[in-house]
Amino acid sequence: MFYRQSGIHHTRYAATRKLWPLAADRRLLGGLLALALLAPLLLPELYLNSYLAPWLIWTAAALSLTLLMGIAGQLHFGFAAVMAIGAYTSIHLARAGVPFELALIGAGLAAALIGCVFGAAALRVKGLYLVMATLAMQYLVSWVIINVPVISGGAQATLATPEVRLLFIPLDGDTALYYTALGWTLICTLLLLNIKRSSVGRALVAVRDKDFAAAVIGVDPLRYKLLAFFTSSFLGGVSGAILAFCYYQAVTPEQFGFNVSIQLVAMVLVGGLGSVIGAYLGAGFILLLPIVLTNLLAWVAGLELFPVSFNLIAHIPLMVYGALIIAVILFEPLGLAKIYDNIRKYFLVWPFRHAQR
Amino acid sequence: MDIAFLIELTINGALTGLMYGLVALGIVLIYKSSGVPNLAQGAMVMIAAYLVWMVAGWLGAPVVVALLVAVLGMFLFGMLTERVLLRRMVGQPIIMVVMLTLGLESLLRGLGPGLLGAAPKSLDLGIDMMPIIVGDVFINREYLIGGAIGALMIGLALFFFRTRLGTKLLAVSDDHVSSWSVGISVERAVAVSWGLAGVAAVAAGVMWGSVQGVDWSLTTLLFPAVAVVILGGLDSIHGVLVAGLVVGILGSVVPGYVDPLVGGGTRDVVTSLIILLTILFRPHGIFGREEIERV
Repeated sequence: MFYRQSGIHHTRYAATRKLWPLAADRRLLGGLLALALLAPLLLPELYLNSYLAPWLIWTAAALSLTLLMGIAGQLHFGFAAVMAIGAYTSIHLARAGVPFELALIGAGLAAALIGCVFGAAALRVKGLYLVMATLAMQYLVSWVIINVPVISGGAQATLATPEVRLLFIPLDGDTALYYTALGWTLICTLLLLNIKRSSVGRALVAVRDKDFAAAVIGVDPLRYKLLAFFTSSFLGGVSGAILAFCYYQAVTPEQFGFNVSIQLVAMVLVGGLGSVIGAYLGAGFILLLPIVLTNLLAWVAGLELFPVSFNLIAHIPLMVYGALIIAVILFEPLGLAKIYDNIRKYFLVWPFRHAQR
Repeated sequence: MDIAFLIELTINGALTGLMYGLVALGIVLIYKSSGVPNLAQGAMVMIAAYLVWMVAGWLGAPVVVALLVAVLGMFLFGMLTERVLLRRMVGQPIIMVVMLTLGLESLLRGLGPGLLGAAPKSLDLGIDMMPIIVGDVFINREYLIGGAIGALMIGLALFFFRTRLGTKLLAVSDDHVSSWSVGISVERAVAVSWGLAGVAAVAAGVMWGSVQGVDWSLTTLLFPAVAVVILGGLDSIHGVLVAGLVVGILGSVVPGYVDPLVGGGTRDVVTSLIILLTILFRPHGIFGREEIERV
């Protein structure tokens, strides 16, 4: 991140069109990838499975949602329901003896199909009405899952994930689960990065910016909106399945409630709409900040300077989500990704800031 | 098929629907003047109920005093929200505005119960708990009074739009720039509409607070209120009355017959279906103005 651009001259178009045109960027990412791969050796198990793995999985979910909300511009306030469909489908398929690889694809397909049915409403309405339609989807899917015993296993039941193997490796230890989560997040990341620089991505952006204008230049808005809903719901469904298998290991309908949808939207928005690095930053921020603040408050309560009730501590996450969303929208609508970008651009030309492009 | 059961469900549903209308009224008032869909209205209802409970329950003041304090407080709260948060969002895309109100909702939902305790507080308005019995039909007194207040507030809102200030608001809801050009302060009109939404939140908060206790669950009223608003049309006061009745009656009669068969919770399903079907077939609602988009 902190290096100069001087002396870097691309002489071929292919060189500038690379995913990461700067060699320093490639080296940095290679280093990060190596760190991520070595994490099971470097970190204690607690950090691995209670911080790193959920962060990666939520990042994958946020990436799926940012494809729909950030790149294609279609609002979705029921994404937790999409993930729930994926989670329950994969568990039931795996329980029925279907190989885990196929169960994941089945989870994605089920989520994508049901997501598209509701997304079909998106073809008629946009903006606020789309928010309401997806909100209704959230409630309908939650209700169906809770009230159909075949799906949820009974009204108050938790459904444990069965033992599965991925590519002949049994998913039982923390390390195997972590690598599964890491692998899926990397797939999502590469997919999003490549969608953004392909013709499909540019068509989606055209639809986002103005669908009539997109139609005029020959992009079929109907087709691309449905495509966005399908792809995003597919990724969301698989992320839900991965979340169920690699983190929760036992699912209840409450884990995919309305609040989770808001949390996901907050991740995407705080991170930066349509930004890949933003999904990483947003997911980390939304997951970690409440934990940090709760610990901080618990520490303050331990000092016994003034009374801090457990009740207050329990409500910290809600307040933090709300305050973060408001602060980001008011002060930096492009989110943490833009802040990162500003810092990076500043240092790229430092100390000659007038050369900034 | 018991006819008395059906009548009871219908009447209680209609009264509940009018009380949903109280929540929906705030959303419509704000949308009408500024085009902002206020998803924080449910949280504002909760804050209003907490305010009444604090003055009446904590300080032991008479209910009337508590109501006056709450009306004043929420009017200021609404105007302040508009001034501090929403005014900076003018000209931003609708997704940002929606998310801002949702962020506010989340913040308030954490703040209220976080500071005052999550356990439900009872709000005693001195209403007799005995139901009114007409023939075989039981009518809840709280719902009856709540429904009456709902109808009254909607009537007041209709009347308000015939006053001088209300006419200004109508002009603002028509077009901001042309309102400016004839000397109407758009900012003040929008602020007033937020204040009035705060007042509507007090009425809703008091009635719903006395029915189901004051806690975070008051914010979930947002969902039926949204159904009312969507069905009635986002900028229509008449719509609140009619759609409130429809949502209330369907939300009471259908669960009354279907709940025993499927095991509960059908009210949310009915509400969801009302939203979905309205959006699919008539997005601007029964009375709403159809939006025509310029390319």
